[in-house]
Amino acid sequence: MSVETHGAVHRHEPPTGFIRKYIFSLDHKVIGIQYIILALVAVLVGMTMSVLMRMNLSWPGTNWPILGTLFPGGAPDGMMTPEFYLSLVTMHGTIMVFFVLTTAPQGGFGNYFLPIQIGAEDMAFPVLNMLSFWVTLVGFIVILAAIFFSGAESTVGPIGGWTAYAPLSALPNSGPGQGMGMNLWIISIAIFCIGSLLGALNFITTLLNMRTRGMSLMRMPLTCWAWFTTAVLALLSFPVLLGGGILLLLDRVAGTSFFIPGGLYVSGVLAGTSPNFPPHTGGSPILWQHLFWFFGHPEVYIAILPGMGATSHILSTFARKPIFGYRAMVFAIFAIGLLGFFVWGHHMFISGMSPYSAMTFSILTLSIGVPSAVKTFNWLGTLWGAKIRFHTPMLFAIGFVSLFVAGGITGLVLGQTSLDLPMHDTYFVTAHFHLVMGVASIFGMFAATYFWFPKMFGRFMHEGLGKLHFWVTFVGVYCIFVPMHTMGMVGMPRRFAQFTEYEFLASLHPLVMFVSIAAILTVLVQILFYFNLVWSIFKGKKAGDNPWEATTLEWVTSSPPPHDNFAGVLPTVYRGPYEFAVPGATHDYVMQTEPEPGEQPAGVSGNGHNGHKH
Amino acid sequence: MATTVTSTKPRSRSGFGGGPKSPRPNGNGSHERNGQSFTPEFSAGRYRIGMWVALAAILMMFTALTSAYIVRSASSNDWQPLTMPGILLISTALIVLSSGTLETARRKLKESAPGAHKRWLLITVLLGLGFLASQLLAWRQLVRQGIYVSSNPHSSFFYLLTATHGVHLFGGLVALIYLALRTRSSNDDRLAVAKGQAAADAVTLYWHFMDVLWIYLFILLFYWR
Repeated sequence: MSVETHGAVHRHEPPTGFIRKYIFSLDHKVIGIQYIILALVAVLVGMTMSVLMRMNLSWPGTNWPILGTLFPGGAPDGMMTPEFYLSLVTMHGTIMVFFVLTTAPQGGFGNYFLPIQIGAEDMAFPVLNMLSFWVTLVGFIVILAAIFFSGAESTVGPIGGWTAYAPLSALPNSGPGQGMGMNLWIISIAIFCIGSLLGALNFITTLLNMRTRGMSLMRMPLTCWAWFTTAVLALLSFPVLLGGGILLLLDRVAGTSFFIPGGLYVSGVLAGTSPNFPPHTGGSPILWQHLFWFFGHPEVYIAILPGMGATSHILSTFARKPIFGYRAMVFAIFAIGLLGFFVWGHHMFISGMSPYSAMTFSILTLSIGVPSAVKTFNWLGTLWGAKIRFHTPMLFAIGFVSLFVAGGITGLVLGQTSLDLPMHDTYFVTAHFHLVMGVASIFGMFAATYFWFPKMFGRFMHEGLGKLHFWVTFVGVYCIFVPMHTMGMVGMPRRFAQFTEYEFLASLHPLVMFVSIAAILTVLVQILFYFNLVWSIFKGKKAGDNPWEATTLEWVTSSPPPHDNFAGVLPTVYRGPYEFAVPGATHDYVMQTEPEPGEQPAGVSGNGHNGHKH
Repeated sequence: MATTVTSTKPRSRSGFGGGPKSPRPNGNGSHERNGQSFTPEFSAGRYRIGMWVALAAILMMFTALTSAYIVRSASSNDWQPLTMPGILLISTALIVLSSGTLETARRKLKESAPGAHKRWLLITVLLGLGFLASQLLAWRQLVRQGIYVSSNPHSSFFYLLTATHGVHLFGGLVALIYLALRTRSSNDDRLAVAKGQAAADAVTLYWHFMDVLWIYLFILLFYWR
């Protein structure tokens, strides 16, 4: 590697002012950390809401004085109204899906590590990159505003769920929170779409245009493939949501009838008989579902693909073995992304669609099992017979595989029309998507955090705390979501504030209590993670440039990387990303930048000027 | 010494596979960044790719709106097609003409004639403004007939699609003015010249796309079915 440091060096110095360096920064690393901080704040809001929901489900009729103080309208005398509960469901889902699962994996880690892993100094369009973060932040502020503006209506937001199904989402008089709260919700999502599109544009251009010398597509780490595919999915699906959102907003504020059918009788008022309920006619509520889910299904892959990439990367590194079937992994990522665009109908089996289209959607959905199984078996193949180093990132990566399998299996159940019809809108669905897209993605991000923290801050996270965090979280999420499958099979419906009215669900109450206690413990243990994160930045054990003995380009540069990533000399790549346990090599890993002995890189004269300069 | 482990392909085979081989130029490969300074291809490729990617996103949004248009037109019997405001023909002529003038402007820049480039750019800006004005006149014509955005589904889509297209075209106008402002009568800085050419190419591509998009929307709104 020493050859890389020869020759004249032209460094890009970082800006010196605090604001240009840390606030309105053009540096992809700073922007990545800004995204991660945004997600860390958003996830606190989302988790708090889920705890409130569990409290209401498990201890019906209890007075929580603090709730009564905080939300005198939504929880009079400390007891939640059903509408308040529904608004918690909506905002929990929205904040988690958009501002946590979309921002941290892609905007956060993707921004930070994609340019470094392909050997670039920065993103292709740094100004757009900065804009994409600030636009996303404005979106987050608007969704928080929805919480406060709905306060007058005794909720914390709209009550229609994160899917905002028309026509009720299109009618301001359809319930508390559906007025200004719903408007702000749509505006926030539209702003978020624009921010994500700017980000996706940047990712795709960077990956196609900025790879360093020798970094062919098939030498990229699987993380880069995952981020690239995610960016393509975002690029093609967010515009559809944006278009649908504009139509929905027009229905609400301009009196159009895209999604609102005629003759509706809502909240005791017939359409056309009141000034705040204009006479809509002829709209199609199902049209909203199509537009929403055409975005919504790729969105779940936007959440999980980066986790898959990180998991592949980390499994290979800590198993000290090359990833099993690199090319199959690449094509599986693509296949999952491609199929993701043709399966949106499986969210709409009960919408009254033709059985023939339902069958088509069902077959396409089940076929996603093929690339998913390819990935799973390749992960297992990577682990097979390996001398595994069980550090915290590895534990979370293995946890990801476990959760992905556990949550994916039930996808095969729900993907079949005949099984989905009774399961739809029960806790079975809640359990399925929380395991596979929620918790698995988050485990991917935990793995990524523990893995890349030494690179980002030059220090390790505390290993003991990390392992404790892993085991409690891992056991905890299974305790939360496995019983939910049972509840769903018994027929417990989603989105109900309480079940005291239902005789046939009374026997499930101990299970509901169990889930709530597990959930609260799991949430509490995340405090350890936050503490570990902050503590390790200042007090963690010092890490070298390549503490995990990994092979890819981010480990070539210093920890943390300098402003221009490689101190002015871009690396040259000679080999694939996962060269572990190479027979005959001096170490059990060979860096991507290590040339064959005696081999001269192409296009370089023998004057010692090796590597990139400009 | 180190044989490859990430590929079972023989080393001699180039292309796929992670085995060790001499690095070839990829992406921003050696032919582009090997020298002392940036070379023209560098930013050109970046701007071109970025613009195509952005156009893909815009295309997806209009695809979504088109599918909504088709579904909505078939979902009930309240669909009353508007009669085409005649002034839209003038709009169409203006935007087609503007594509031609912008193409001329782009070629003038390639021929290193910045003065002519600027003149053609300004003509294009005027044509673009003319297009937007004529769209607004079409709206006024409809409003005078008492047709508003909520009057019937076809008018809703008419206002929505023309407004969405207009907003995108306005963005193009801003880019054109930016191009005109950054054009210098003489410039010795190779990098700046190359960047200017790349920006002009990207903006031209965007403008042509907006032109074709309008023709498509025009046909969809008034000649489909």
